[in-house]
Amino acid sequence: MSEVIKTATRDAYGKALVELGNTDAKVLVLDADLAAATKTGMFKKEHPEKFIDCGIAEGNMMGIAAGLAASGYTVFASSFAMFAAGRAFEQVRNSIGYPHLNVKIGATHAGISVGEDGASHQCCEDIGLMRTIPGMVILNPADDVEARLCVLAAAEHDGPVYMRFGRLAVPRVFDEDYKFEIGKGNVLKEGDDVTIIATGLMVNEALMAYEELKAEGISARVVNMATIKPIDRELVIDSAKKTGVIVTAEEHNVIGGLGSAVAEVVCETVPVPVLRVGVEDTFGKSGPAVQLLHEFGLDAANIVAKCKQAVALKK
Amino acid sequence: MNASLKKELEIFATKERLLLLEGIFNAKAGHPGGSLSIAELMAYLYNVEMKVDASNPKWEDRDRFVLSKGHAAPALYATLALKGFFPTEDMKKLRKSDSYLQGHPSMKCVPGVDMSTGSLGQGISTAVGMALAAKLDKKDTRVYTILGDGEIEEGQVWEAAMFANAKKLDNLVVIVDNNNLQIDGTVEEVNSPYPIPEKFVAFGFNTIEIDGNNLDEIETAFENAKNCKGKPTAIIAKTVKGKGVSYMENAVNWHGAAPNEELYNTAVAELTAKLNELEAAK
Repeated sequence: MSEVIKTATRDAYGKALVELGNTDAKVLVLDADLAAATKTGMFKKEHPEKFIDCGIAEGNMMGIAAGLAASGYTVFASSFAMFAAGRAFEQVRNSIGYPHLNVKIGATHAGISVGEDGASHQCCEDIGLMRTIPGMVILNPADDVEARLCVLAAAEHDGPVYMRFGRLAVPRVFDEDYKFEIGKGNVLKEGDDVTIIATGLMVNEALMAYEELKAEGISARVVNMATIKPIDRELVIDSAKKTGVIVTAEEHNVIGGLGSAVAEVVCETVPVPVLRVGVEDTFGKSGPAVQLLHEFGLDAANIVAKCKQAVALKK
Repeated sequence: MNASLKKELEIFATKERLLLLEGIFNAKAGHPGGSLSIAELMAYLYNVEMKVDASNPKWEDRDRFVLSKGHAAPALYATLALKGFFPTEDMKKLRKSDSYLQGHPSMKCVPGVDMSTGSLGQGISTAVGMALAAKLDKKDTRVYTILGDGEIEEGQVWEAAMFANAKKLDNLVVIVDNNNLQIDGTVEEVNSPYPIPEKFVAFGFNTIEIDGNNLDEIETAFENAKNCKGKPTAIIAKTVKGKGVSYMENAVNWHGAAPNEELYNTAVAELTAKLNELEAAK
């Protein structure tokens, strides 16, 4: 068995920024005193003239990003998800979203896999917040390969993008030749009984769940949904029609995130049961990341259990 | 300031007041008080100070203006219309559902508007970003932003001020429209931002206090700002809210209300008399 490569998506973010800085003269990277943690420090080291530390003032950073973008720059503004989407929500909404400016928000430390820092820093609300801003694109990559491609795609996209990265090293899911396109999900495994639509670090868990379900005679389709907005309606509808039940999996509150986005599409088109794996509308807590993920049901075992429940609903 | 320029700007400011009130009257909504207070500042910025081109609103090398106190949109629109960015007739459709003239400035649909504003405290940060962009591009672009005195109660204003000083943005001019009134009352009654100049001095700004309805003092302040190197400038402009319309002056109830027909006619009569007087003396 080949060795599994584990990388945090925030590391891939930092590396991809360096790559962009080498080729794109109009790229700037902003941070709010978290460059070491968000990994924009890599960019700062390679391209110090294109890096601006805005200090601990995230709302102001988003405004500065807007002003720079209005002057022709493509601006990556970085902080933890809690502060980028939470604290600076209204600046993102009014100074970036409303004028539809080229600001790409690099939000790291999303979800409870932040670990020991605890609930104050574990943002499980960011997708919900960002999804309500018209014109905002939301990307939540599953591994380092996809994270790099998300960054490159965001730079090419005209308008604001919210990118969600994790602190925890996660297994690589995709080959180097994987093609990513904004707004397109992809089928990783085919199956007929249930579709698991997963995003971020839950994609690998979904793949493990697939094997467990297979061993128990349940055939699952596994879909990777890195773009939460605009959601790939076609693939969601196709999955609803094909398997008749859907289980979503995300490291986010079950309210407002991928599960909600999928349910919205399904309810309006092919009304079938949608069961959601996610943080059950609660705050996180301190602890080792992997342990917390299990404790909060963000693992293959819970996906398997939800899939069984879903399949039972069909009978 | 030479006499003929002063006369020209006084006429412009008076026309601006008439036009912005026409917009608010027809909209039956809007913010006359804080629009009227900045008429002289807007007249000076767009006729003398700023490098802009009405025939090419997105000209890359233009100076930038951000109306951080976005509710004074009627003053900005009236100024832009009088400068030829769009027809003055369009002011009649201010705030209407079939008009591009939104209640608060939108850079996406109004020619000459450099930033969408309206949520207080945010415009100054975007102006700081524009000033920084000019520095990175090694351009001589200057950036101007007008804030309300109530607006500076927003913490983001001071985040932006701190950053502007840290980056030595001497191409940035922050103007505080110190008319002493906000919606709920005088600024002292609500949450006093005073003393204002001392705060900007503490934040490293070249700080100038003027009568913001006095064109001579406005000219001196902007000249001073241009000559100041290595730090941003703050102009604390003491103004009269509702300036130019007798019953609106220093009256808090005209912060965000449109006049009825009778009162509108009174305002037009007062301002027209003023305009005739200025033009007769030309």
